[in-house]
Amino acid sequence: MTETTTNATLFEQLGGEAAVDAAVDIFYRKVLADHRINRFFDGVNMDTQAAKQKAFLTMAFGGPNNYSGQDMRNGHAKLVKMGLDDSHFDAVIENLAATLTELGVSAELIGQVAAIAETTRADVLGK
Amino acid sequence: MTRIKFGEQTFETENNETVLNTLLRNNMQVPYGCKAGVCQCCLMRSLDNVPPEKSQVGLKDNQQKQNYFLACLCEPENDMTVALPNNEISWLEAEVIEKTDLSTNVILLKIKSKEPLAFFAGQFVNLRRDDGVIRSYSIANIHNAEHELEFHIRILPNGKFSRWVADELTVGMLLSFSHAQGDCHYVEGKIEQSLLLIGTGTGLAPLYGIIRDALSTHKHQGEIHLFHGSRDASGLYLEEKLTTLTQKYPNFHYTPCLSGEVNDEKYTKGRANEIALQAFPKLDGWRVYLCGQPEMVLHSKRAAYLQGASLKEIYVDAFTS
Repeated sequence: MTETTTNATLFEQLGGEAAVDAAVDIFYRKVLADHRINRFFDGVNMDTQAAKQKAFLTMAFGGPNNYSGQDMRNGHAKLVKMGLDDSHFDAVIENLAATLTELGVSAELIGQVAAIAETTRADVLGK
Repeated sequence: MTRIKFGEQTFETENNETVLNTLLRNNMQVPYGCKAGVCQCCLMRSLDNVPPEKSQVGLKDNQQKQNYFLACLCEPENDMTVALPNNEISWLEAEVIEKTDLSTNVILLKIKSKEPLAFFAGQFVNLRRDDGVIRSYSIANIHNAEHELEFHIRILPNGKFSRWVADELTVGMLLSFSHAQGDCHYVEGKIEQSLLLIGTGTGLAPLYGIIRDALSTHKHQGEIHLFHGSRDASGLYLEEKLTTLTQKYPNFHYTPCLSGEVNDEKYTKGRANEIALQAFPKLDGWRVYLCGQPEMVLHSKRAAYLQGASLKEIYVDAFTS
């Protein structure tokens, strides 16, 4: 039962879709409560936004996704005009790490998730 | 291979094809987005068979119970008759059996359907006048063998429909109405859960239905807290009935709130949503219902979520007028 999970994917090690669901609720709450970034979420439909967060976390967890850099660019273009920059992106990564810590995920796996999330930086910020 | 009936047409799925792909292949106009079960743009409803479990991932409990599913995830196991949400319109007929004043500007309208109905208290139906004017009203009563529906109709000074209800509609007249829709209703299975219900004005109607459904149909054991808000005392139009209910059910609590002047200590001064959310700063594990002014609903939803309620446990009905 204690067999190491070296063959399991990151997504499996994190607990798959159930883990994403648990993480979305905590992560989105942290983001909305974070005064550095919550103005970017004013007036959005919370259910739609939560669904987007879920897609993002699934991707960052190494799960099945249809990630498209172009979609990410288009989706954030308006926010970049509002002033979205590296500091805000860092804040989101920080909230993501804090969420995973709260869920008892090891530092090593958190590092892997953060590294995947990091790959979206240029697209999100329109660079 | 299964058959998908959509409107007047029937299509056959090809091996392991999803409902969405079957419809798109046949040039049907249906909304879709991510095709991965995330965006929920392709939400549809099965009108007969229960959809595969996999196609209901991420939907709310009550949507699942009503056989909603995501077309992009649905590889049907049985033949299905499917429809887009709110697009399965067929009108039913009912007779007006009661019309009484609940306050100076709220009317209780009771209608009796000519055929049996499936609904949950708190859902809404569309009422239609002969000339085609349609308005949505929440169901304030629980399921009953007489197929009766109750609504609290606020009379707006220039309300095309509500003024007509007030001035011209009489007992014995016939009305058309739609099947019940919406996900703002009691959900079975968590009998010990704490419930917080916040309503302004006639946002009380669905909440009153949900509360009675919880207490009398489902014997809900958890604490149930209702906060009803109005500007002045005349708007607290069910005060007597709700007070009686608190005496009958020790787990039911009612806080009438006035945002205007308060001359009586039985009322709490302030906005119902603010008072409620201050009273219960920790909402982890709670179910929350928010009905009434859209602004109040929007703010309270965000606040309830930030105070710990899970998004899937927050049910809302924003009243537009």
